[in-house]
Amino acid sequence: MSGGSGRTIKVDTLARVEGEGALYIKMAGDRVADVKLRIYEPPRLFEAFLRGRHFSETPDITARICGICPIAYQMSAVHAIERALGIKIAPEVRLLRRLFYCGEWIESHALHVYMLHAPDFLGYQDVIQMAKDHRPVVEKALRLKKIGNRIVQLLGGREIHPISAAVGGFHKAPTKNQLREIVSDLEWALETSLEAVRWTSKLEFPDFEQDYEFVALRHPEEYPFNEGRLVSNRGLDIDAAEYEERFAEFHVKHSNALQSVIRGRGSYLVGPLARFNLNFDKLPEVAQKAAQEVSLKPPVKNLFRSIVVRAVELVFACAEALRVIGAYEPPAAPRVPAPNRRGVGQAITEAPRGILYHRYAIDENGLIVTAKIVPPTSQNQKRIEDDLREYASHLVAWPLEEATWKCEQAVRCYDPCISCATHFLKVVVERE
Amino acid sequence: MGRFGRYWRSMSSESKGKASKPKAKPKIGVFKFASCDGCQLSLLDAEDELLGVVGAVDIAYFPEATRTMLKGPYDIGLVEGSITTHHDAERIQEIRRQSKTLITIGACATAGGIQALRNWKDVDELVRMVYASPQFISTLKLSTPIAEHVPVDFELRGCPINKYQLIELITATLAGRKPNIPNYSVCIECKRKGNVCISVARGIACLGPVTQAGCGALCPSYDRGCYGCYGPMESPNTGSLTSQFRILGQTDEQVARAFRSFNAWAWQFRKASEECERA
Repeated sequence: MSGGSGRTIKVDTLARVEGEGALYIKMAGDRVADVKLRIYEPPRLFEAFLRGRHFSETPDITARICGICPIAYQMSAVHAIERALGIKIAPEVRLLRRLFYCGEWIESHALHVYMLHAPDFLGYQDVIQMAKDHRPVVEKALRLKKIGNRIVQLLGGREIHPISAAVGGFHKAPTKNQLREIVSDLEWALETSLEAVRWTSKLEFPDFEQDYEFVALRHPEEYPFNEGRLVSNRGLDIDAAEYEERFAEFHVKHSNALQSVIRGRGSYLVGPLARFNLNFDKLPEVAQKAAQEVSLKPPVKNLFRSIVVRAVELVFACAEALRVIGAYEPPAAPRVPAPNRRGVGQAITEAPRGILYHRYAIDENGLIVTAKIVPPTSQNQKRIEDDLREYASHLVAWPLEEATWKCEQAVRCYDPCISCATHFLKVVVERE
Repeated sequence: MGRFGRYWRSMSSESKGKASKPKAKPKIGVFKFASCDGCQLSLLDAEDELLGVVGAVDIAYFPEATRTMLKGPYDIGLVEGSITTHHDAERIQEIRRQSKTLITIGACATAGGIQALRNWKDVDELVRMVYASPQFISTLKLSTPIAEHVPVDFELRGCPINKYQLIELITATLAGRKPNIPNYSVCIECKRKGNVCISVARGIACLGPVTQAGCGALCPSYDRGCYGCYGPMESPNTGSLTSQFRILGQTDEQVARAFRSFNAWAWQFRKASEECERA
């Protein structure tokens, strides 16, 4: 607490985020003097120790960056390396990778929507407390999450750090029957996701719209997972190979994660809102209708509504999983050979929290020479600070405790994954 | 091995003490150090058991799941992650003081994790590779397991841990009995599943013979060799496996890399990888 007439709002740990960071907000009178998102998750130095490892190890190693979204890391890694090696995957494998990602989105979004985010809107400390009053909802959430995990397990052996993803495909592909076994569960999950859209749309949202630059992949035929150009609502339209020309990472003293900006423009937003706003026309009809029924139309500029957008993406992921399973034929071989070759490759895929960029340079023995990884939360980090600067200025008259809780909630809308960006979220609001 | 140490004896007397106060639920704290969050997520991934577990215990500290943060002491402290900063080296001391039973979960907490690869390199150089302003970064030269800093009552292995083993461990701890967590090798799990040995039959290099069970022999079941997520089994013959890998055509560099991943700093794997480097 600061002394005298000034006040400090301080939350020692921002909870219900994945990882450890601190938020520091300094108020001077009725304006916000400074906002810092401090990420003090200890640095683990993945990009450095990947050097000298064989490319075939990257899906296993980079998965360990994040226990919440290991598949995103595996997918960006294998696509970047396949590009470096100049190999093409089988169409069946491409489909399986979409299904794999559906599993991770369902698991991750169900966790965030119901267990990490909903308690904020309903006034609970956590899902455990919420379960006392809303047990059927929590039970549904757990089952939904489990179905997402089930997909990941089927394809990858286990839900955290799955073991089957490989450069060129998978170590083993599932049979048609194995996939058919989860169809009835997925049909239930689709219905439950539709309910989730209706349920989340009835929550109360603060009136807080911002003028974001939304950045997401866009594919000519489908809602994006592993492929597409990187586009924005302000004219960005690039291939993954051009990413580092257009985006810059910089290092600020208060954070162990690097922050990203679009060169010459500043902060931008990645994740569900960006995907929804830029790819609404690519959602399957059932997801478009679900959004329209609750009057959710692009562009959604209120971050707090991201909970509804995540629910719409749940509908998409369930519908897409059912489509893939319906069309699935096992590939002739689970993966194509990936011989050693010198090269450089980049890839961007859509992690549940937004775009994840990987670049690898490989030598003639297949060993990694350099690696670069830009996770979604470090891309959103600057935007979180910008949002907080604006949002906190609306809260200057609020009682300390409530203002702090509100700021925490704003950060949680991003579903920040600080393990990825490096991790501990602590909110400090200081008033002079 | 001191894996069971004093904890289940102390818990037995503890639970007797508790009988006189039937209302107080055991308090559990979940603490994170350098890690990916995956092992603590295993608790939330136990979808069928979660509501049962939280009904039986008091989740007093678990920032990934709740804003509620109660002070210690805790009946059980679950620790994820390795020690890589001065601050964390101090923080674990306080958590040890506050935890009647301290359980470390996962390869980072029990063996230093993948980030222990720095232990063979110059960490300052690694930091310069990743960060434009290395002077802002403060990190230790070594990534070390929790047991190198404080006494640990049980080490639950795995990268990630097996959620059913975690629930068994919590249940056993609260009941004051020894947990049923085997420390034999992955080979036993393959035999039980009826897997044909991929190393013998197909010549695939597999760490299964020296790796502790717990995953359910996943990799061999998915047509690939075990890569050692659960760390060394109780009495691993790494020398013999190294010879076998060479017979299968692996170079010394390849064998060294195989031992040097998520449990690289576990002493048996560490020794094996260093022997390959010297060879």
